[in-house]
Amino acid sequence: MPLIKFKNISKYICREVNLEVFNGELLVLLGPNGAGKSTLLNIVAGLIDYKGSILFDDKPVDKFPTHKRKIGYLFQELNLFPHLNVVSNIAYGLRAHKIDPHKIKVRVGKLLQLMRIQHLSSCYPKKLSGGEKQRVALARALALKPEVLLLDEPLNSLDTQSSKYLRMEIRQLQKKLGITTIYVTHNLTEAEEMADRIAIIEEGHIEQVGRPEEVFFYPQSKKVSDFIGSPNILDCAHCQDIGKGLLEVDCGGLPIIIPDEGNMVKKIVLLPRDIYISQTKPPGPDINRFKGVITHINLTNELVRLKIKAGENNLTAEVPYHIFEGMDLKVGKEVFLILKLRRIKSI
Amino acid sequence: MNKFKSLRLGWGVIPVVIFLGIWEVTARLHLASGHFFFPPFSAVVAEFYYLTINGVLGKNFLSSLIRVLIGFSLGSILGLVVGIIMGWKNMVDKALSPIISLFYPIPALGWLPLLMLWFGIGEVLPIAIVFICSFFPILYNTVTGIKNVDKNYIHVARTLGASDIEIITTVVMPLALPNIFTGLRLEAGMAWRVIIAAEMVAIPTGIGALMMKAESLLRMDIIIVCLIILGAMCLFFEKFFTFLEKKVTSRWR
Repeated sequence: MPLIKFKNISKYICREVNLEVFNGELLVLLGPNGAGKSTLLNIVAGLIDYKGSILFDDKPVDKFPTHKRKIGYLFQELNLFPHLNVVSNIAYGLRAHKIDPHKIKVRVGKLLQLMRIQHLSSCYPKKLSGGEKQRVALARALALKPEVLLLDEPLNSLDTQSSKYLRMEIRQLQKKLGITTIYVTHNLTEAEEMADRIAIIEEGHIEQVGRPEEVFFYPQSKKVSDFIGSPNILDCAHCQDIGKGLLEVDCGGLPIIIPDEGNMVKKIVLLPRDIYISQTKPPGPDINRFKGVITHINLTNELVRLKIKAGENNLTAEVPYHIFEGMDLKVGKEVFLILKLRRIKSI
Repeated sequence: MNKFKSLRLGWGVIPVVIFLGIWEVTARLHLASGHFFFPPFSAVVAEFYYLTINGVLGKNFLSSLIRVLIGFSLGSILGLVVGIIMGWKNMVDKALSPIISLFYPIPALGWLPLLMLWFGIGEVLPIAIVFICSFFPILYNTVTGIKNVDKNYIHVARTLGASDIEIITTVVMPLALPNIFTGLRLEAGMAWRVIIAAEMVAIPTGIGALMMKAESLLRMDIIIVCLIILGAMCLFFEKFFTFLEKKVTSRWR
Protein backbone atom coordinates (compact mmCIF):
# COMPACT_ATOMS: atom_id res chain seq x y z
CA MET A 1 0.00 0.00 0.00
CA PRO A 2 1.44 3.37 -0.97
CA LEU A 3 2.65 6.29 0.99
CA ILE A 4 0.67 9.34 -0.12
CA LYS A 5 2.29 12.75 -0.19
CA PHE A 6 0.54 16.05 -0.77
CA LYS A 7 3.08 18.57 -2.06
CA ASN A 8 2.06 22.23 -2.09
CA ILE A 9 -1.51 21.40 -3.04
CA SER A 10 -3.72 24.41 -3.80
CA LYS A 11 -7.36 24.38 -4.85
CA TYR A 12 -10.34 26.46 -3.74
CA ILE A 13 -9.84 27.17 -0.03
CA CYS A 14 -6.80 24.87 0.24
CA ARG A 15 -3.50 26.73 0.02
CA GLU A 16 -0.09 25.07 -0.17
CA VAL A 17 -1.15 21.93 1.68
CA ASN A 18 1.65 19.56 2.57
CA LEU A 19 0.77 16.26 4.18
CA GLU A 20 1.96 12.67 4.32
CA VAL A 21 -0.17 9.60 4.79
CA PHE A 22 1.86 6.56 5.79
CA ASN A 23 1.63 3.08 4.35
CA GLY A 24 -1.39 1.22 5.65
CA GLU A 25 -2.42 3.87 8.14
CA LEU A 26 -5.82 5.44 8.66
CA LEU A 27 -5.41 9.19 8.66
CA VAL A 28 -8.43 11.20 9.68
CA LEU A 29 -8.83 14.64 8.10
CA LEU A 30 -10.70 16.46 10.82
CA GLY A 31 -12.16 19.91 10.45
CA PRO A 32 -15.32 21.96 10.32
CA ASN A 33 -17.59 22.12 7.27
CA GLY A 34 -16.04 24.07 4.41
CA ALA A 35 -12.49 23.58 5.65
CA GLY A 36 -11.38 21.86 2.43
CA LYS A 37 -11.45 18.22 3.56
CA SER A 38 -13.50 16.85 0.67
CA THR A 39 -11.52 18.97 -1.77
CA LEU A 40 -8.33 17.21 -0.67
CA LEU A 41 -10.00 13.81 -1.14
CA ASN A 42 -11.19 14.75 -4.62
CA ILE A 43 -7.64 15.84 -5.42
CA VAL A 44 -6.20 12.49 -4.33
CA ALA A 45 -8.88 10.79 -6.42
CA GLY A 46 -8.03 12.96 -9.43
CA LEU A 47 -11.62 14.14 -9.77
CA ILE A 48 -10.66 17.81 -9.89
CA ASP A 49 -7.62 19.62 -11.23
CA TYR A 50 -5.25 21.29 -8.79
CA LYS A 51 -1.93 23.01 -8.31
CA GLY A 52 0.89 21.09 -6.66
CA SER A 53 1.60 17.41 -6.74
CA ILE A 54 0.24 14.16 -5.32
CA LEU A 55 2.75 11.34 -4.93
CA PHE A 56 2.03 7.68 -4.36
CA ASP A 57 5.24 6.00 -3.12
CA ASP A 58 7.19 9.08 -4.22
CA LYS A 59 5.86 8.83 -7.78
CA PRO A 60 3.69 11.72 -8.99
CA VAL A 61 0.25 10.60 -10.08
CA ASP A 62 -0.99 14.02 -11.16
CA LYS A 63 -1.29 12.97 -14.79
CA PHE A 64 -3.08 9.71 -13.93
CA PRO A 65 -6.82 9.70 -14.55
CA THR A 66 -8.99 8.65 -11.61
CA HIS A 67 -9.31 4.99 -12.56
CA LYS A 68 -5.53 4.55 -12.82
CA ARG A 69 -4.88 5.77 -9.28
CA LYS A 70 -6.12 2.52 -7.72
CA ILE A 71 -8.37 4.22 -5.24
CA GLY A 72 -11.64 3.23 -3.65
CA TYR A 73 -13.85 6.21 -2.85
CA LEU A 74 -16.79 6.19 -0.49
CA PHE A 75 -18.76 9.39 -0.98
CA GLN A 76 -20.70 11.19 1.73
CA GLU A 77 -24.03 10.43 0.03
CA LEU A 78 -22.82 6.90 -0.81
CA ASN A 79 -24.39 7.26 -4.26
CA LEU A 80 -25.34 3.66 -4.80
CA PHE A 81 -26.69 3.42 -8.33
CA PRO A 82 -30.44 3.29 -7.69
CA HIS A 83 -31.17 1.38 -10.91
CA LEU A 84 -28.79 -1.46 -10.10
CA ASN A 85 -29.25 -4.13 -7.45
CA VAL A 86 -26.67 -4.82 -4.77
CA VAL A 87 -24.70 -7.35 -6.83
CA SER A 88 -24.61 -5.09 -9.89
CA ASN A 89 -23.57 -2.12 -7.75
CA ILE A 90 -20.66 -4.05 -6.28
CA ALA A 91 -19.73 -5.54 -9.65
CA TYR A 92 -19.88 -2.18 -11.46
CA GLY A 93 -16.15 -1.45 -11.34
CA LEU A 94 -15.21 -5.03 -12.13
CA ARG A 95 -17.45 -5.00 -15.22
CA ALA A 96 -16.04 -1.63 -16.28
CA HIS A 97 -12.58 -3.23 -16.15
CA LYS A 98 -13.85 -6.06 -18.40
CA ILE A 99 -12.95 -8.72 -15.88
CA ASP A 100 -14.02 -12.28 -16.67
CA PRO A 101 -17.67 -12.78 -15.53
CA HIS A 102 -16.79 -15.88 -13.52
CA LYS A 103 -14.10 -13.99 -11.61
CA ILE A 104 -16.56 -11.15 -11.02
CA LYS A 105 -19.04 -13.58 -9.53
CA VAL A 106 -16.42 -15.01 -7.19
CA ARG A 107 -15.13 -11.58 -6.13
CA VAL A 108 -18.63 -10.20 -5.52
CA GLY A 109 -19.50 -13.32 -3.53
CA LYS A 110 -16.45 -12.78 -1.32
CA LEU A 111 -17.33 -9.14 -0.75
CA LEU A 112 -20.94 -9.97 0.09
CA GLN A 113 -19.60 -12.41 2.65
CA LEU A 114 -17.00 -9.99 4.00
CA MET A 115 -19.63 -7.30 4.51
CA ARG A 116 -22.24 -9.85 5.68
CA ILE A 117 -24.83 -8.76 3.13
CA GLN A 118 -25.36 -12.01 1.17
CA HIS A 119 -29.08 -11.84 1.94
CA LEU A 120 -29.35 -8.47 0.19
CA SER A 121 -27.75 -9.48 -3.11
CA SER A 122 -30.83 -8.95 -5.29
CA CYS A 123 -32.22 -5.90 -3.44
CA TYR A 124 -32.30 -2.43 -4.95
CA PRO A 125 -30.87 0.48 -2.91
CA LYS A 126 -34.30 1.96 -2.16
CA LYS A 127 -35.06 -1.13 -0.07
CA LEU A 128 -31.88 -0.90 2.04
CA SER A 129 -31.42 0.70 5.45
CA GLY A 130 -28.73 3.32 6.03
CA GLY A 131 -26.31 0.77 7.49
CA GLU A 132 -26.91 -1.71 4.69
CA LYS A 133 -26.32 0.96 2.06
CA GLN A 134 -23.09 1.75 3.85
CA ARG A 135 -21.91 -1.84 3.61
CA VAL A 136 -22.83 -2.12 -0.07
CA ALA A 137 -21.04 1.14 -0.88
CA LEU A 138 -17.96 -0.02 1.00
CA ALA A 139 -18.02 -3.37 -0.80
CA ARG A 140 -18.27 -1.54 -4.12
CA ALA A 141 -15.32 0.70 -3.20
CA LEU A 142 -13.24 -2.36 -2.23
CA ALA A 143 -14.21 -4.49 -5.24
CA LEU A 144 -11.22 -3.50 -7.36
CA LYS A 145 -8.79 -4.12 -4.48
CA PRO A 146 -7.76 -0.46 -4.28
CA GLU A 147 -4.47 0.55 -2.72
CA VAL A 148 -5.91 3.71 -1.25
CA LEU A 149 -9.32 4.08 0.38
CA LEU A 150 -10.95 7.51 0.58
CA LEU A 151 -13.91 7.89 2.92
CA ASP A 152 -15.81 11.17 2.88
CA GLU A 153 -17.94 11.46 6.03
CA PRO A 154 -19.54 8.12 5.20
CA LEU A 155 -21.39 7.76 8.50
CA ASN A 156 -23.07 11.15 8.49
CA SER A 157 -26.55 9.97 7.66
CA LEU A 158 -26.64 7.19 10.26
CA ASP A 159 -28.06 7.20 13.78
CA THR A 160 -25.56 7.25 16.64
CA GLN A 161 -25.75 3.53 17.39
CA SER A 162 -25.35 2.34 13.79
CA SER A 163 -22.62 4.90 13.24
CA LYS A 164 -20.66 3.63 16.24
CA TYR A 165 -21.02 0.01 15.12
CA LEU A 166 -19.97 0.73 11.56
CA ARG A 167 -17.03 2.81 12.73
CA MET A 168 -15.67 -0.24 14.48
CA GLU A 169 -16.33 -2.40 11.45
CA ILE A 170 -14.61 -0.02 9.06
CA ARG A 171 -11.64 0.24 11.40
CA GLN A 172 -11.32 -3.53 11.73
CA LEU A 173 -11.65 -4.00 8.00
CA GLN A 174 -9.06 -1.33 7.30
CA LYS A 175 -6.60 -2.99 9.68
CA LYS A 176 -7.30 -6.41 8.22
CA LEU A 177 -6.74 -5.25 4.65
CA GLY A 178 -3.88 -2.92 5.63
CA ILE A 179 -5.13 -0.40 3.12
CA THR A 180 -3.89 3.21 3.26
CA THR A 181 -6.98 5.21 4.17
CA ILE A 182 -7.93 8.85 4.39
CA TYR A 183 -11.10 9.36 6.40
CA VAL A 184 -12.79 12.75 6.35
CA THR A 185 -15.01 13.84 9.20
CA HIS A 186 -15.98 16.81 11.34
CA ASN A 187 -16.86 14.53 14.22
CA LEU A 188 -14.27 14.50 16.97
CA THR A 189 -15.41 11.22 18.52
CA GLU A 190 -15.28 9.50 15.15
CA ALA A 191 -11.77 10.83 14.55
CA GLU A 192 -10.54 9.83 17.97
CA GLU A 193 -11.92 6.29 17.74
CA MET A 194 -10.71 5.52 14.25
CA ALA A 195 -7.52 7.41 13.56
CA ASP A 196 -3.95 6.22 13.58
CA ARG A 197 -3.23 9.89 13.11
CA ILE A 198 -5.39 12.97 12.89
CA ALA A 199 -4.77 15.93 10.60
CA ILE A 200 -6.70 18.97 11.73
CA ILE A 201 -7.63 21.22 8.84
CA GLU A 202 -9.09 24.72 9.18
CA GLU A 203 -9.77 27.09 6.30
CA GLY A 204 -7.74 24.97 3.90
CA HIS A 205 -4.68 24.86 6.12
CA ILE A 206 -3.37 21.82 7.97
CA GLU A 207 -3.10 23.07 11.55
CA GLN A 208 -1.68 19.98 13.19
CA VAL A 209 -0.96 16.34 12.41
CA GLY A 210 -0.41 13.73 15.07
CA ARG A 211 -1.71 10.75 16.99
CA PRO A 212 -5.07 11.45 18.63
CA GLU A 213 -3.54 11.83 22.09
CA GLU A 214 -0.91 14.26 20.76
CA VAL A 215 -3.61 16.41 19.25
CA PHE A 216 -5.64 16.34 22.45
CA PHE A 217 -2.83 16.90 24.91
CA TYR A 218 -0.65 19.21 22.90
CA PRO A 219 -2.83 21.33 20.63
CA GLN A 220 -0.37 23.46 18.72
CA SER A 221 -2.62 26.40 18.07
CA LYS A 222 -5.67 28.09 19.47
CA LYS A 223 -7.60 27.01 16.37
CA VAL A 224 -6.87 23.35 17.13
CA SER A 225 -7.64 23.81 20.78
CA ASP A 226 -10.92 25.52 19.95
CA PHE A 227 -11.87 22.90 17.41
CA ILE A 228 -11.33 19.98 19.74
CA GLY A 229 -13.36 21.85 22.33
CA SER A 230 -10.68 23.63 24.41
CA PRO A 231 -10.00 20.58 26.56
CA ASN A 232 -8.99 20.72 30.20
CA ILE A 233 -5.44 19.38 30.44
CA LEU A 234 -4.36 18.51 33.97
CA ASP A 235 -0.92 17.48 35.26
CA CYS A 236 -0.93 14.40 37.45
CA ALA A 237 1.27 14.06 40.52
CA HIS A 238 0.61 10.55 41.82
CA CYS A 239 -0.76 7.53 40.12
CA GLN A 240 -2.12 4.53 41.98
CA ASP A 241 -3.65 1.31 40.66
CA ILE A 242 -6.93 0.74 42.46
CA GLY A 243 -7.88 -2.42 40.55
CA LYS A 244 -10.79 -3.21 38.24
CA GLY A 245 -8.96 -1.51 35.39
CA LEU A 246 -8.90 1.86 37.16
CA LEU A 247 -6.21 4.24 38.34
CA GLU A 248 -6.40 7.05 40.85
CA VAL A 249 -4.38 10.11 39.93
CA ASP A 250 -3.86 13.28 41.87
CA CYS A 251 -4.41 16.34 39.74
CA GLY A 252 -3.96 19.62 41.57
CA GLY A 253 -5.38 18.23 44.77
CA LEU A 254 -8.26 16.31 43.17
CA PRO A 255 -8.22 12.49 43.39
CA ILE A 256 -9.48 11.56 39.92
CA ILE A 257 -10.31 8.01 38.88
CA ILE A 258 -9.42 7.20 35.26
CA PRO A 259 -9.43 4.08 33.08
CA ASP A 260 -6.11 2.19 33.24
CA GLU A 261 -4.64 2.11 29.74
CA GLY A 262 -1.44 0.42 30.89
CA ASN A 263 0.89 3.40 30.85
CA MET A 264 2.28 5.81 33.42
CA VAL A 265 -0.06 8.76 33.56
CA LYS A 266 1.49 12.21 33.39
CA LYS A 267 -1.45 14.21 32.12
CA ILE A 268 -5.14 13.75 31.72
CA VAL A 269 -7.46 15.55 29.35
CA LEU A 270 -11.17 16.11 29.59
CA LEU A 271 -13.42 18.08 27.28
CA PRO A 272 -15.63 20.80 28.82
CA ARG A 273 -18.73 19.00 27.56
CA ASP A 274 -17.70 15.93 29.56
CA ILE A 275 -18.01 17.74 32.88
CA TYR A 276 -21.51 17.83 34.36
CA ILE A 277 -22.55 20.64 36.70
CA SER A 278 -24.96 20.21 39.61
CA GLN A 279 -26.13 22.72 42.20
CA THR A 280 -26.82 20.02 44.76
CA LYS A 281 -24.68 17.10 45.86
CA PRO A 282 -25.09 14.49 43.13
CA PRO A 283 -26.28 11.01 44.10
CA GLY A 284 -24.07 7.95 43.69
CA PRO A 285 -20.57 7.02 44.92
CA ASP A 286 -18.23 9.83 45.77
CA ILE A 287 -15.98 9.20 42.76
CA ASN A 288 -14.99 11.95 40.34
CA ARG A 289 -17.38 14.31 42.08
CA PHE A 290 -15.83 17.52 43.33
CA LYS A 291 -16.82 20.86 44.72
CA GLY A 292 -15.78 23.96 42.85
CA VAL A 293 -16.42 27.68 42.69
CA ILE A 294 -17.50 29.48 39.51
CA THR A 295 -14.94 32.13 38.62
CA HIS A 296 -16.15 33.17 35.18
CA ILE A 297 -19.23 32.76 32.98
CA ASN A 298 -18.99 33.13 29.21
CA LEU A 299 -22.21 33.15 27.20
CA THR A 300 -21.88 32.08 23.56
CA ASN A 301 -24.60 31.20 21.05
CA GLU A 302 -26.07 28.00 22.39
CA LEU A 303 -23.53 27.08 25.02
CA VAL A 304 -22.43 28.61 28.29
CA ARG A 305 -18.81 28.12 29.30
CA LEU A 306 -18.07 28.16 33.00
CA LYS A 307 -14.62 28.55 34.53
CA ILE A 308 -14.56 26.68 37.81
CA LYS A 309 -11.85 26.57 40.43
CA ALA A 310 -11.64 23.04 41.83
CA GLY A 311 -8.65 22.21 44.01
CA GLU A 312 -5.72 23.97 42.37
CA ASN A 313 -7.25 23.53 38.92
CA ASN A 314 -9.09 25.97 36.75
CA LEU A 315 -11.52 23.77 34.84
CA THR A 316 -13.77 24.72 31.96
CA ALA A 317 -17.23 23.17 31.78
CA GLU A 318 -19.92 23.59 29.16
CA VAL A 319 -23.65 23.81 29.74
CA PRO A 320 -26.30 24.14 27.01
CA TYR A 321 -27.96 27.54 27.24
CA HIS A 322 -31.46 26.18 27.88
CA ILE A 323 -30.15 24.22 30.89
CA PHE A 324 -28.14 27.18 32.14
CA GLU A 325 -31.31 29.27 32.08
CA GLY A 326 -33.01 26.83 34.45
CA MET A 327 -30.12 26.92 36.92
CA ASP A 328 -29.15 29.67 39.27
CA LEU A 329 -25.45 29.93 38.39
CA LYS A 330 -23.42 33.03 39.28
CA VAL A 331 -19.79 33.91 39.66
CA GLY A 332 -18.64 32.97 43.18
CA LYS A 333 -21.28 30.29 43.59
CA GLU A 334 -20.26 26.81 44.77
CA VAL A 335 -21.24 23.93 42.46
CA PHE A 336 -20.59 20.21 42.16
CA LEU A 337 -18.64 18.82 39.22
CA ILE A 338 -19.05 15.31 37.89
CA LEU A 339 -16.30 14.10 35.55
CA LYS A 340 -17.33 11.45 33.02
CA LEU A 341 -14.96 8.56 33.71
CA ARG A 342 -14.90 7.01 30.22
CA ARG A 343 -14.27 10.34 28.55
CA ILE A 344 -11.03 11.03 30.45
CA LYS A 345 -7.98 10.44 28.32
CA SER A 346 -4.47 10.09 29.63
CA ILE A 347 -0.84 10.00 28.58
CA MET B 1 -60.50 -7.26 -2.78
CA ASN B 2 -61.80 -8.35 -6.22
CA LYS B 3 -65.21 -7.04 -5.27
CA PHE B 4 -63.74 -3.61 -4.57
CA LYS B 5 -61.79 -3.71 -7.82
CA SER B 6 -64.88 -4.44 -9.90
CA LEU B 7 -66.78 -1.77 -7.98
CA ARG B 8 -64.06 0.79 -8.81
CA LEU B 9 -64.19 -0.26 -12.47
CA GLY B 10 -67.97 0.10 -12.38
CA TRP B 11 -67.67 3.65 -11.13
CA GLY B 12 -65.53 4.48 -14.17
CA VAL B 13 -67.90 2.89 -16.67
CA ILE B 14 -71.17 4.30 -15.33
CA PRO B 15 -70.56 7.96 -16.37
CA VAL B 16 -69.57 6.81 -19.88
CA VAL B 17 -72.77 4.75 -20.20
CA ILE B 18 -74.87 7.65 -18.93
CA PHE B 19 -73.15 10.04 -21.35
CA LEU B 20 -73.72 7.71 -24.32
CA GLY B 21 -77.35 7.18 -23.21
CA ILE B 22 -78.03 10.92 -23.04
CA TRP B 23 -76.32 11.36 -26.41
CA GLU B 24 -78.43 8.64 -28.03
CA VAL B 25 -81.72 9.87 -26.56
CA THR B 26 -81.02 13.53 -27.32
CA ALA B 27 -80.20 12.75 -30.94
CA ARG B 28 -83.03 10.28 -31.48
CA LEU B 29 -85.67 12.60 -29.99
CA HIS B 30 -84.19 15.63 -31.84
CA LEU B 31 -83.83 17.48 -28.56
CA ALA B 32 -80.78 19.40 -29.71
CA SER B 33 -81.23 22.31 -32.07
CA GLY B 34 -79.85 21.60 -35.56
CA HIS B 35 -80.35 17.87 -35.08
CA PHE B 36 -79.18 17.14 -38.64
CA PHE B 37 -75.70 17.87 -37.42
CA PHE B 38 -76.00 15.64 -34.37
CA PRO B 39 -76.16 11.91 -35.20
CA PRO B 40 -77.04 9.38 -32.49
CA PHE B 41 -74.27 7.26 -31.01
CA SER B 42 -75.68 4.12 -32.64
CA ALA B 43 -75.34 5.79 -36.07
CA VAL B 44 -71.72 6.56 -35.32
CA VAL B 45 -71.10 2.93 -34.35
CA ALA B 46 -72.81 1.77 -37.52
CA GLU B 47 -70.69 4.12 -39.63
CA PHE B 48 -67.55 2.93 -37.84
CA TYR B 49 -68.50 -0.63 -38.77
CA TYR B 50 -69.27 0.33 -42.35
CA LEU B 51 -66.02 2.31 -42.79
CA THR B 52 -64.06 -0.60 -41.36
CA ILE B 53 -65.71 -3.17 -43.59
CA ASN B 54 -65.20 -1.21 -46.79
CA GLY B 55 -61.54 -0.50 -45.89
CA VAL B 56 -61.77 3.31 -45.98
CA LEU B 57 -61.01 3.70 -42.30
CA GLY B 58 -58.20 1.12 -42.32
CA LYS B 59 -56.47 2.73 -45.30
CA ASN B 60 -56.59 6.26 -43.90
CA PHE B 61 -55.72 5.14 -40.38
CA LEU B 62 -52.73 3.21 -41.68
CA SER B 63 -51.51 6.28 -43.60
CA SER B 64 -51.66 8.40 -40.45
CA LEU B 65 -50.16 5.67 -38.26
CA ILE B 66 -47.16 5.12 -40.57
CA ARG B 67 -46.51 8.88 -40.73
CA VAL B 68 -46.67 9.18 -36.95
CA LEU B 69 -44.46 6.16 -36.38
CA ILE B 70 -41.78 7.26 -38.85
CA GLY B 71 -41.82 10.95 -37.88
CA PHE B 72 -41.98 10.24 -34.15
CA SER B 73 -39.26 7.57 -34.25
CA LEU B 74 -36.89 9.76 -36.26
CA GLY B 75 -37.61 12.82 -34.09
CA SER B 76 -37.21 10.87 -30.86
CA ILE B 77 -34.01 9.11 -31.87
CA LEU B 78 -32.35 12.30 -33.10
CA GLY B 79 -33.71 14.24 -30.11
CA LEU B 80 -32.23 11.63 -27.79
CA VAL B 81 -28.85 11.54 -29.50
CA VAL B 82 -28.44 15.32 -29.72
CA GLY B 83 -29.88 15.65 -26.18
CA ILE B 84 -27.33 13.21 -24.79
CA ILE B 85 -24.46 15.02 -26.49
CA MET B 86 -25.72 18.42 -25.29
CA GLY B 87 -26.38 17.15 -21.77
CA TRP B 88 -22.96 15.52 -21.52
CA LYS B 89 -20.77 18.09 -23.25
CA ASN B 90 -21.15 21.58 -21.91
CA MET B 91 -19.44 23.11 -24.92
CA VAL B 92 -21.94 21.58 -27.35
CA ASP B 93 -24.77 22.67 -25.07
CA LYS B 94 -23.52 26.23 -25.02
CA ALA B 95 -23.10 26.23 -28.81
CA LEU B 96 -26.51 24.75 -29.66
CA SER B 97 -28.66 26.14 -26.85
CA PRO B 98 -29.34 29.53 -28.49
CA ILE B 99 -30.57 27.87 -31.70
CA ILE B 100 -32.68 25.32 -29.84
CA SER B 101 -34.17 28.02 -27.58
CA LEU B 102 -35.16 29.95 -30.70
CA PHE B 103 -36.83 27.04 -32.49
CA TYR B 104 -38.34 25.20 -29.51
CA PRO B 105 -41.25 27.62 -28.86
CA ILE B 106 -42.42 27.56 -32.52
CA PRO B 107 -45.52 25.34 -32.74
CA ALA B 108 -44.99 22.40 -35.09
CA LEU B 109 -47.87 23.52 -37.34
CA GLY B 110 -46.19 26.91 -37.70
CA TRP B 111 -43.63 25.14 -39.92
CA LEU B 112 -46.34 23.89 -42.28
CA PRO B 113 -46.26 26.69 -44.93
CA LEU B 114 -42.48 26.54 -45.11
CA LEU B 115 -42.40 22.76 -45.31
CA MET B 116 -45.10 22.77 -48.02
CA LEU B 117 -42.84 24.94 -50.13
CA TRP B 118 -39.75 22.92 -49.36
CA PHE B 119 -41.14 19.39 -49.71
CA GLY B 120 -44.39 19.93 -51.64
CA ILE B 121 -47.56 17.96 -50.92
CA GLY B 122 -46.43 14.42 -50.34
CA GLU B 123 -45.43 11.84 -47.77
CA VAL B 124 -42.36 13.77 -46.60
CA LEU B 125 -44.41 16.74 -45.42
CA PRO B 126 -46.45 15.06 -42.62
CA ILE B 127 -43.44 13.04 -41.51
CA ALA B 128 -41.38 16.25 -41.30
CA ILE B 129 -44.11 17.93 -39.24
CA VAL B 130 -44.26 15.03 -36.77
CA PHE B 131 -40.46 14.93 -36.70
CA ILE B 132 -40.29 18.61 -35.68
CA CYS B 133 -43.09 18.14 -33.18
CA SER B 134 -41.18 15.28 -31.48
CA PHE B 135 -37.58 16.38 -31.87
CA PHE B 136 -37.46 19.61 -29.83
CA PRO B 137 -39.39 18.52 -26.72
CA ILE B 138 -37.61 15.17 -26.51
CA LEU B 139 -34.26 16.90 -26.98
CA TYR B 140 -35.16 19.38 -24.24
CA ASN B 141 -36.29 16.68 -21.80
CA THR B 142 -33.21 14.57 -22.49
CA VAL B 143 -30.84 17.49 -21.87
CA THR B 144 -32.69 18.34 -18.64
CA GLY B 145 -32.70 14.70 -17.53
CA ILE B 146 -28.98 14.29 -18.12
CA LYS B 147 -28.06 17.58 -16.48
CA ASN B 148 -30.15 16.66 -13.44
CA VAL B 149 -28.19 13.47 -12.78
CA ASP B 150 -26.26 13.91 -9.53
CA LYS B 151 -22.62 14.52 -10.48
CA ASN B 152 -21.49 12.23 -7.67
CA TYR B 153 -22.90 9.21 -9.53
CA ILE B 154 -20.64 10.15 -12.41
CA HIS B 155 -17.70 10.59 -10.04
CA VAL B 156 -18.37 7.19 -8.49
CA ALA B 157 -18.50 5.53 -11.91
CA ARG B 158 -15.27 7.29 -12.89
CA THR B 159 -13.43 6.17 -9.75
CA LEU B 160 -14.58 2.65 -10.58
CA GLY B 161 -12.93 2.87 -13.98
CA ALA B 162 -15.89 3.42 -16.31
CA SER B 163 -15.23 5.18 -19.61
CA ASP B 164 -17.35 8.12 -20.78
CA ILE B 165 -19.44 5.87 -23.03
CA GLU B 166 -19.96 3.39 -20.18
CA ILE B 167 -20.93 6.18 -17.81
CA ILE B 168 -23.47 7.51 -20.31
CA THR B 169 -25.00 4.14 -21.10
CA THR B 170 -24.92 2.53 -17.66
CA VAL B 171 -25.41 5.46 -15.29
CA VAL B 172 -26.52 8.72 -16.89
CA MET B 173 -29.08 7.36 -19.35
CA PRO B 174 -30.86 5.08 -16.87
CA LEU B 175 -31.02 7.89 -14.31
CA ALA B 176 -32.29 10.34 -16.94
CA LEU B 177 -34.99 7.90 -18.09
CA PRO B 178 -37.84 9.41 -16.04
CA ASN B 179 -37.31 12.77 -17.75
CA ILE B 180 -36.88 11.19 -21.16
CA PHE B 181 -40.08 9.20 -20.74
CA THR B 182 -41.98 12.33 -19.78
CA GLY B 183 -40.95 13.82 -23.13
CA LEU B 184 -41.82 10.67 -25.06
CA ARG B 185 -45.19 10.30 -23.35
CA LEU B 186 -46.30 13.87 -23.97
CA GLU B 187 -45.01 14.02 -27.51
CA ALA B 188 -46.46 10.66 -28.57
CA GLY B 189 -49.95 12.10 -28.02
CA MET B 190 -48.95 15.42 -29.52
CA ALA B 191 -47.69 13.69 -32.69
CA TRP B 192 -51.24 12.44 -33.36
CA ARG B 193 -52.77 15.86 -32.79
CA VAL B 194 -50.27 17.42 -35.18
CA ILE B 195 -50.59 14.83 -37.93
CA ILE B 196 -54.38 15.15 -37.97
CA ALA B 197 -54.11 18.93 -38.21
CA ALA B 198 -51.54 18.68 -41.00
CA GLU B 199 -53.64 16.17 -42.94
CA MET B 200 -56.67 18.41 -42.60
CA VAL B 201 -54.82 21.35 -44.07
CA ALA B 202 -52.43 20.00 -46.65
CA ILE B 203 -52.48 16.25 -47.27
CA PRO B 204 -55.12 14.30 -49.18
CA THR B 205 -54.87 11.03 -47.22
CA GLY B 206 -55.08 10.03 -43.58
CA ILE B 207 -57.61 10.43 -40.79
CA GLY B 208 -57.38 14.24 -40.91
CA ALA B 209 -58.07 14.26 -44.66
CA LEU B 210 -60.99 11.86 -44.15
CA MET B 211 -62.44 14.30 -41.63
CA MET B 212 -62.18 17.17 -44.11
CA LYS B 213 -63.88 15.10 -46.83
CA ALA B 214 -66.63 14.16 -44.37
CA GLU B 215 -67.07 17.82 -43.49
CA SER B 216 -67.63 18.74 -47.14
CA LEU B 217 -70.25 15.97 -47.37
CA LEU B 218 -71.86 17.01 -44.06
CA ARG B 219 -71.13 13.54 -42.64
CA MET B 220 -71.07 14.23 -38.89
CA ASP B 221 -71.00 10.49 -38.12
CA ILE B 222 -67.71 10.03 -40.01
CA ILE B 223 -66.19 13.11 -38.34
CA ILE B 224 -67.11 11.73 -34.93
CA VAL B 225 -65.65 8.31 -35.81
CA CYS B 226 -62.40 10.04 -36.76
CA LEU B 227 -62.38 12.10 -33.57
CA ILE B 228 -62.90 9.00 -31.46
CA ILE B 229 -60.01 7.29 -33.26
CA LEU B 230 -57.82 10.32 -32.69
CA GLY B 231 -58.67 10.36 -28.97
CA ALA B 232 -58.08 6.63 -28.68
CA MET B 233 -54.69 6.80 -30.42
CA CYS B 234 -53.46 9.74 -28.30
CA LEU B 235 -54.51 7.84 -25.19
CA PHE B 236 -53.01 4.56 -26.40
CA PHE B 237 -49.62 6.11 -27.25
CA GLU B 238 -49.44 7.99 -23.95
CA LYS B 239 -50.45 4.91 -21.97
CA PHE B 240 -47.96 2.79 -23.89
CA PHE B 241 -45.08 5.02 -22.76
CA THR B 242 -46.43 5.16 -19.21
CA PHE B 243 -46.48 1.36 -19.23
CA LEU B 244 -42.99 1.19 -20.71
CA GLU B 245 -41.64 3.66 -18.14
CA LYS B 246 -43.13 1.66 -15.29
CA LYS B 247 -41.79 -1.56 -16.73
CA VAL B 248 -38.28 -0.14 -17.02
CA THR B 249 -38.01 1.98 -13.86
CA SER B 250 -40.50 0.65 -11.30
CA ARG B 251 -38.01 -1.81 -9.77
CA TRP B 252 -35.72 0.94 -8.56
CA ARG B 253 -37.84 4.09 -8.32
